[in-house]
Amino acid sequence: MSLSDIWDVLVLGVVLGSLYAVIAIGYTLVYGVLQLLNFAHSEVFMAGGFGGVIALTIFEPATDPSGLQSALYVLLGILGGALLGGLVAFGLEKGAYRPLRRRHASRLIFLITAIGASFFLYNLAGKMFGRYPMPMPTMYENKQVFEVFGTSVNVTQLLIVVAAVLMLLTVDFVVNRTKMGSGIRAVAQDPEVASLMGVDIDKVVSRTFVLGGVMGGVAGFLFGTNLQVEYTMGFLPGITAFAAAVLGGIGNVRGAMLGGLTLGVVEAFTVEWFGDAWRYAGAFAVLVLVLMFRPTGILGERVGRTA
Amino acid sequence: MNVGVEKEAGAASGAVDGRPALLELRDLHVFYGAIEALKGVSLTVGEGEVVALLGANGAGKSTTLKAASGMLAPRSGEVLLRGERVDGIKSHELVQFGIGHVPEGRRVFARMTVLENLKMGAYRLKRPDDADLDRVFSLFPVLAERRKQVSGTLSGGEQQMLAIGRALMGKPELLLLDEPSMGLAPLIVRQIFEILKEINEQGTTLLLVEQNAAQALRLAHRGYVLETGAVVMSDEASALLSDPRVRAAYLGEVAEQAEEKG
Repeated sequence: MSLSDIWDVLVLGVVLGSLYAVIAIGYTLVYGVLQLLNFAHSEVFMAGGFGGVIALTIFEPATDPSGLQSALYVLLGILGGALLGGLVAFGLEKGAYRPLRRRHASRLIFLITAIGASFFLYNLAGKMFGRYPMPMPTMYENKQVFEVFGTSVNVTQLLIVVAAVLMLLTVDFVVNRTKMGSGIRAVAQDPEVASLMGVDIDKVVSRTFVLGGVMGGVAGFLFGTNLQVEYTMGFLPGITAFAAAVLGGIGNVRGAMLGGLTLGVVEAFTVEWFGDAWRYAGAFAVLVLVLMFRPTGILGERVGRTA
Repeated sequence: MNVGVEKEAGAASGAVDGRPALLELRDLHVFYGAIEALKGVSLTVGEGEVVALLGANGAGKSTTLKAASGMLAPRSGEVLLRGERVDGIKSHELVQFGIGHVPEGRRVFARMTVLENLKMGAYRLKRPDDADLDRVFSLFPVLAERRKQVSGTLSGGEQQMLAIGRALMGKPELLLLDEPSMGLAPLIVRQIFEILKEINEQGTTLLLVEQNAAQALRLAHRGYVLETGAVVMSDEASALLSDPRVRAAYLGEVAEQAEEKG
């Protein structure tokens, strides 16, 4: 394997991994405030993919867009993904989880509800949008932007990485530097005491879902741009991103980023060396190995503070 | 914000020693499941007072504080702040009424720094007040030194100071303190009680739950003794300090000393 081959694989891995990182944030944030494994987050991601398609279909992109038009279409797709992703996450919390919290349901009930909500949502999407893959409307000519050591990087790949990095920086800032973030961290550490400080737990939980949902939704749009959009598209990226969150230390925002990137790169190299049939085996083997030696994940369970 | 608050007739609101009542609990009944933790607790805290709430483990001291700050909803009875009914208001809304609650076991946000903890205390305000921060740092200079330190790494005494400082950042008129001396060395306890006295002299009313009855009664103006969920005694702090029943039950070491001397 030559050096340029390694770069080829690395670029693919980083593109994939940055998407996993963005999705993993959604799992980790919600786990932080509710200790809930929100398995329906994969459907938030899927909804974002459809949100992008819907937004772009409504505005019908021109067949030969100018640079400015392309940028606008991309922005439109991102907005569509963010909106539908955020909306589904908001509804999920309000409709499925909040009633359970009111009744002080056990964690098992939450988990079963999450899985049920996931089944419901992707089947609903299948019913509404059809059960065949849909391509994302063309927004730009996907040409090479630049080369790194002989590996070409195209517009979609650059878009995914740039958008992911921007989102990760934003969420890191929000969680660590804003009042909303301090509320999220306080609820993650001690909800009862947080409410003694004047933190409205319901509001914080709702905002946390929306924050994770917006990011998951945009990731869905970006993923759909790279491949296609389908009602079952959430499952495998969702479960991989969940693994990424666990790998990094569930509850830890920066751990989720690290875990996502790691699993993306591992996946790309697994496919290169062992073939596509082994795609998910490599990433999960790494997960098992890491958890054997560090059960709390790479950055441990430091829910609130990411120093 | 206004959650069904009823205006109470002024006459009904009891005053203490000529001071208007800040907090009044009337016939509070609180249950944990089927267990009745408070069986009709009534007490009054006047503006500017220090009131001590004494009693053995499980007497209902913490439960009383939790009912006052909205952490627990009483099944029946009333909680009044300056004559306004506030029972049934959730704790995150009740802080807007000027209640600060320093919970049992300190419970600082262990993974946040000292400064972040203090800022959390001011969460109910638009932004933390620098004057409050200066006040906390002058009351507890050690917190200023350690402002960047992660709170989980502080000593027990420092964490207690942080918990008190954090509550002060929310500008409370009434500070509820749940066992501030718990697990601390006698020297640190004395230091904390001196600071509590200073906080009271600066105008904050204190309702203090303590196992350390001698320490608490020396600081307090008045005291209540709880037994199995009911008030069994209430008097001036000095009277309670010299009451033989209190001395026997809650000031064990003093009683022994008295025996030795006798």
